[in-house]
Amino acid sequence: MNTSLNFAYYPGCSSTGTSIEYDMSSRAICEALGIKLTDVPDWNCCGSTPAHTVDHSLSSALSARNLDHVASMGLDSCVTPCPSCLANLKTASHRMEDEGFRNKVNKLLDKPANTDVETKSVLQILVEDYGIENIQKKVVKPLTGLVVGAYYGCILNRPPELMQFDDREHPMAMDNIMEALGATVVPFPLKVECCGASFGIPRKDVVMRLSGKLLDTAEEIGAMALVTACPLCQMNLDMRQNQINNANGTNHNMPIFYFTQLLGLALGLTEKELGMNKLCVSPRTLLDAMANGEILKEKAA
Amino acid sequence: MKVVNIISSYNSEFVEQVEEESGQKLNLCYQCGKCTAGCPYTDEYDISVSQIMRLTQAGQKDKVLQANSLWLCATCESCTARCPNQIDVARIMDVLRHMARREGYSGSGRVKTFWDSFLGSVKSNGRVFEVGLLVNYISHTGRFWTDIGLGPKVLPKGKIHFKPTEMQGKKEVEKIFMRFKEESAK
Repeated sequence: MNTSLNFAYYPGCSSTGTSIEYDMSSRAICEALGIKLTDVPDWNCCGSTPAHTVDHSLSSALSARNLDHVASMGLDSCVTPCPSCLANLKTASHRMEDEGFRNKVNKLLDKPANTDVETKSVLQILVEDYGIENIQKKVVKPLTGLVVGAYYGCILNRPPELMQFDDREHPMAMDNIMEALGATVVPFPLKVECCGASFGIPRKDVVMRLSGKLLDTAEEIGAMALVTACPLCQMNLDMRQNQINNANGTNHNMPIFYFTQLLGLALGLTEKELGMNKLCVSPRTLLDAMANGEILKEKAA
Repeated sequence: MKVVNIISSYNSEFVEQVEEESGQKLNLCYQCGKCTAGCPYTDEYDISVSQIMRLTQAGQKDKVLQANSLWLCATCESCTARCPNQIDVARIMDVLRHMARREGYSGSGRVKTFWDSFLGSVKSNGRVFEVGLLVNYISHTGRFWTDIGLGPKVLPKGKIHFKPTEMQGKKEVEKIFMRFKEESAK
């Protein structure tokens, strides 16, 4: 483990709203592990998918303003919980190495941006910079008895040439972390299948179909819960789980955690610090059963 | 199966432009169909992604830029991750959308309206303001019942704010959009 882990932190817009518990739990675990995060001052939206569907220079200009702020903090690496922010920030740094593209982007900004910054996901720094074996040493409340599937979503590892992290079809980072925390991980066959992304508002039918398939599969393989690393995936599976049940005639009642929330529990952080009460599908019964060792008794019986 | 007479309608400029803007070699596609096989949205498409690739190779500008598929691709990157010839197919889809917008094939459907509402929110607030985005989307589509059922479940969680978060540099962000508009008009 690197002894001085010090990153600029880019929360992203959903961290201020629908994925506030991802932000809370990311900050809480980093603090508990001694990873220093400093917020990027006056950050703006990365433009997410909508910006890159309009133009690549517009998308990169929105990201470049943030990267420039990171560089002015005297830091060369930035961490974000959100895969969509991650993809946009990384794309901007990468593509702006090309002079022609760089000039095009700089024309849209108040001043030319310094984008020589490496951006990583919270998951990536935990695995690559902190180390799973070091996380394991800090576990005080193992997740014994919890049977969980890890769902990565589509863009955390893709496009692979850009993201340079884990496997494009069969990522294992979250599976390995959950195992290190003492949970039982069931291999989730749809770990990189799309949940329907931002179509929840304009084309809810598509999300009902795609996210419905994810929940059906999770249930079939015996998962008690799913862990996610993406605000959009989590929102589709959690906030829209009732809608999915109504649309598909199913009866799912599956808690959808951010992996940072379960990691925090194992590190001994409180449910409140981890925003457990912000989840729409209540994890109450599951968390109580874990705390009382009831799952284990049930298994033994 | 659709038959296209490429002798009379091959647009070489279109092919060159897609290659230049995407940085991809269209000729590398040998129509294995793997992109379409893995595309989660293909059931919604009017022209599948592998057919978009073929029509683009064949310089069929009108057909390609009119396709609804362009506005239904969510950039999940499955096609890019799986292409045996390392073609960044998702980037080509992106570039085709850019061209369609620029050249007045305005695109149809609610996904594009949603994307535009999203960017409108970024332009005026510097960050996405979720409630404002939803209201803007509803005002453009008239779909006033959108997600109304989520209210009772989500509101008590304290995740939804009725005012945008304040950022100092929001004028700087607005200027990015304005300069982009000026540059595009050149």
